[in-house]
Amino acid sequence: MAQGKKRGDKGSALVVGAGIAGMQSALLLAETGTKVFLLEQGPAIGGYFPLLDKTFPTNSCGVCFMSPTPPAFCPIYECHLHDHIELLPYSEVVGVEGEGGDFKVTVVRKPRFVDPKRCTLCEACIKVCPVEVEREFGGGLEKRKAIYLPYPQAIPHSLVIDPKTCTRCGECVKVCNPGAIDLDMKEEEEEIEVGAILLGFGFEPFIAQRKGEYGFGRYENVMTSIQFERLLSTSSPTQGLPIRISDGKKMERIAFIQCVGSRDPSCGQDHCSTICCMYATKQAMIAKDRSPNLGVTFFYMDIRPMGKDYERYYERAKTEYGIEYVRSAISSIKELRQTKNLLITYVKEDGTFEEREYDAVVLSLGFTPPQTIKDLAKKMGLQLTPQGFCQTDEFNPAQTSVNGIFVGGAFRGPRDIPETVVEGSSAAAIAASFLSPNRLPQSPKEYPMEGALGEEIPKIGVFICHCGEELKKNLSLFDLILGTKLLREVILVEEVGLACLPEDLDLIKKRIGEQGLNRIVLAGCSHREIRGAMEEMAKGMGFNPYLIEYANIREQCAFVHENYPKLATEKAMALIRMAVERARRSQPIQKGKQKIDKKGLVIGGGLAGMTASLQLAQQGYEVHLVEKEKELGGNLKESFYTLRGSNPRELLEQLTKQVGNHDSIHLYYEAEVIGFEKNNGHYRTKIRHQNVGDSTLREEKILDHGVLILATGGKEITPKEYLYGEDSRVITQRQLEKMIHLEDEGLKDVHSMVMIQCVGSRDEEHPYCSRICCGHAVKNALKLKETFPDMNIYVLYRDVRTYGFYETYYHQARGKGVIFIRYDLENKPQVALQDGRFRVSLFDPAMNSPITLSADCVVLSTGVEPNDHRELAKICDVDLNPDGFFMEANPKSAPLDSVDRGKFFCGLCHSPNFIEDVISQGNAVAARGAALLSKEAVEEKAYLAYVIKRLCCGCGLCVTVCPYGARVINEEEGKAEVIGSLCQGCGSCVIACRNAASQQRNFEKELNLAALDAVID
Amino acid sequence: MADFEPRIVAFLCHWCTYTGADLAGTTRQQYPPNIRIIHLMCSGAVDSIYVLKALIDGADGVLIGGCHPGDCHYQTGNYKARRRVAILKGILEQMGFTEHRIWLKWISASEGKLFADTVTKMVDDLKKMGPNPMKQLWNA
Ligand code: FES
Repeated sequence: MAQGKKRGDKGSALVVGAGIAGMQSALLLAETGTKVFLLEQGPAIGGYFPLLDKTFPTNSCGVCFMSPTPPAFCPIYECHLHDHIELLPYSEVVGVEGEGGDFKVTVVRKPRFVDPKRCTLCEACIKVCPVEVEREFGGGLEKRKAIYLPYPQAIPHSLVIDPKTCTRCGECVKVCNPGAIDLDMKEEEEEIEVGAILLGFGFEPFIAQRKGEYGFGRYENVMTSIQFERLLSTSSPTQGLPIRISDGKKMERIAFIQCVGSRDPSCGQDHCSTICCMYATKQAMIAKDRSPNLGVTFFYMDIRPMGKDYERYYERAKTEYGIEYVRSAISSIKELRQTKNLLITYVKEDGTFEEREYDAVVLSLGFTPPQTIKDLAKKMGLQLTPQGFCQTDEFNPAQTSVNGIFVGGAFRGPRDIPETVVEGSSAAAIAASFLSPNRLPQSPKEYPMEGALGEEIPKIGVFICHCGEELKKNLSLFDLILGTKLLREVILVEEVGLACLPEDLDLIKKRIGEQGLNRIVLAGCSHREIRGAMEEMAKGMGFNPYLIEYANIREQCAFVHENYPKLATEKAMALIRMAVERARRSQPIQKGKQKIDKKGLVIGGGLAGMTASLQLAQQGYEVHLVEKEKELGGNLKESFYTLRGSNPRELLEQLTKQVGNHDSIHLYYEAEVIGFEKNNGHYRTKIRHQNVGDSTLREEKILDHGVLILATGGKEITPKEYLYGEDSRVITQRQLEKMIHLEDEGLKDVHSMVMIQCVGSRDEEHPYCSRICCGHAVKNALKLKETFPDMNIYVLYRDVRTYGFYETYYHQARGKGVIFIRYDLENKPQVALQDGRFRVSLFDPAMNSPITLSADCVVLSTGVEPNDHRELAKICDVDLNPDGFFMEANPKSAPLDSVDRGKFFCGLCHSPNFIEDVISQGNAVAARGAALLSKEAVEEKAYLAYVIKRLCCGCGLCVTVCPYGARVINEEEGKAEVIGSLCQGCGSCVIACRNAASQQRNFEKELNLAALDAVID
Repeated sequence: MADFEPRIVAFLCHWCTYTGADLAGTTRQQYPPNIRIIHLMCSGAVDSIYVLKALIDGADGVLIGGCHPGDCHYQTGNYKARRRVAILKGILEQMGFTEHRIWLKWISASEGKLFADTVTKMVDDLKKMGPNPMKQLWNA
């Protein structure tokens, strides 16, 4: 069976797992010119992502923003399209040999039994297949056949046969017209040579049956969050409405049970799954959008929305949507005989029991690492954490225990999408640096010169593809051909069978030569399907690909009007007419190129800025690093140890040394940005900085660069309450950390210490969670308990947000006797002085009564706020969010990018984060930056806007509407101009222009109107 | 008027709704063939002229499809479309059309079903509304 094919080289990379992290790594590496093999064990790539209709906190999808070259399709599709990415779906790694820089990976490609090239998705086979089983996608809410499409947009876009359930009856083979099915397909083994391996596996949901007390599998209306997610999708059996599948009853009241398989050492899951609070809140909101009278209750321990803008989302869920959150522990769930409703008994915070009835219960499942991973990890020699996730070094988060193998995303621990995107990018950066000595430049494909086809009178050839007889079922090809022949400037009409296959492409090529065609119309499937093959064929013969028009008579005609053959044919005719009219007017497009300045400018020399600079420099780019202080380090200078036990002092020392010594990094101290300009293809920034030789001299300098990275940091909020500043024994966590580190004498006399959480977070002035303070408090408390086991430590909290593996430390702290007491925003603790000691009074909800603690020291867990960036934001033309952090192009999928290509953010100026996440961000922006810098020139988009100067009056409307700053007024001429490298081709300016001076290539107004004319009569 | 078949012109954005319409096709969601789709890059690139011309030339309805708010691939194109359509509706009323002949819908690339349902519903509604009054003028 082994076929012994051998491919790849030492400069290429293998990405295992094609979920969000894997796709992100693959796309970025591919953009920097690395050949990437993207392997996925399932039959389609995408991971869990296709299950999600909407994502938090935007309640939209937006995953298309993930691509390094926006605008783009969904990353699943972009991976499929990318020249440097080779997909290996339905494959498994069975062996890894060699070492970092030179791996030999044995891959088994499982048989699909359907040839994706021939399958036209006519689904005739599905109709005849006698085997029906539960559909994995969506947690088994629906059924599928043994031959099936994993999900509608699946890539590869073809059916697959599940060998476990297939009975080999052969019915499908009989009905398959294109002959795509081969039940005797065998496994194939091949060896791939790569320099680096990236692990992008996702998570697996906890198996709900393991918490038998919740009744999943026994009670029909207890569902998992995966199933509920599917139910809410508009393509679900209930069309997204919250209706019980079991009996079709509309849900009136539902309950979410949080932390099922999370924070639960009894089932071996002691970590917090991090994202369940948010995804469940999202599901609840969507369900309420669909069915406004739905009552929703959450049963939870702590709510943990600690990502950027998540707190606001949670507040909205409570206030705007009226979702009820009940802090409690579930005591039992019972199914009621008649109604099949569920009766939940729970213990409230104060110890009292209550009972409530619900139509359905959703279990918010936690996450585990993929079960299949253990084997693979062993083969690769990877170290895993006790929970089975990938072990990494805290300060090198993308590096696994094996040289040359990198990791990002959920295999390191449960994460939300933005973090996964960041880590996928970060892994790509490290891998790119690792590969850079071995990387062979991927030489761009050479194509023959193109003729001057645009000038000539159009000679249009129309090819009508019947898609392996499929279209003949509903359309009369005869009529279409007859009708098309009558159209103007059409000199050839021909029927083809499968235009996507080489035979037919060759035929088209031949006809172009024979007949001297200079415009082509392809009537058949959607241009999204066929465009790649057609364009490749055209370019190969020097035919400008923009002279090909497509008439979508399959997806948007034959497939959707099966009951109206006559009308469908009429419609198809109209579509062909439109394509011909467009073709008559279309012009060849030569895509322009803008040279880019292969340098980066990093503003801010803290941890994030240094990491980003170093990473860019290691990939071979020159970097200017601008720091406002006299020395590098920023907040890292104030950090002495971490929760996980690493030493930030060493990190600081090592980084400053590396950055200081690197030849390609130019440092500017005590520097400020005073000017910023966008020029064709690059930026020009003016700074004022300290002269190195003469300390009294301020110097101005102009820096040219292609990428701008803002890493301007944040700071601890200065508390305004709890006697801070009035009594020196009221300190912040940071001050405490320093005291512990310096072994301050004063600590010895502290018998009782009270820590107050959320000081300057989650309040009116700072309506966000600062994310790191709970971990900070636990860290200091644990450290203190080590040295002073008898010290009484109280932590007053609102929610403990020790997400992910930090949860285990929280657990530890409790075990060591640290006492956690909850308070509400309405009932903040009061700190008063009495006889030289503090009296901290608050209301203890567990005892349902007020209590008073005396303390020798009060420690405030203060939040993080960004430095004041208003001036800088204005100069550099980037946006700030209401909290003063930089605003990203898309909070989900482009978390570190600004709307303008080439500007990025990382570190505390983006959001509060722990050291390891800041390092990931620093690496990630370097990867995104390198994706731009690695090119000699940026290729312009095809459908650029242009200005007919004669008509332009220089009013500047187009400048105002352009979202990309790609429009300027040429002051000399008094006319508008387009900056090609920035224009993305949205067409906004075309509409804004009152004189029709603004036009867009191949979407000219005239052309659109002609198309309109063609379809209307 | 029983056999009145309305004609709809649709302007769909490249990234979301057009792709959604394709998905309706690959998943075989059936809808009536009364619609003609014109492909544009963004819903923000739908000029009012296109809509007016379509109606004046006798189309019974115009559908504009774009990405959901926040998802426009060009940041704000769909918001521009939303404002433009709001104004257009006012103008149409003055011209004697009802505003219900223009539909602006957010349909994502994964909402093939929603696309099919939208078209079906639109055709039904337009049937009730009757033909474009302009057409009678033409015929008169
Ligand atoms: S790209 Fe879809 S609406 Fe703008």
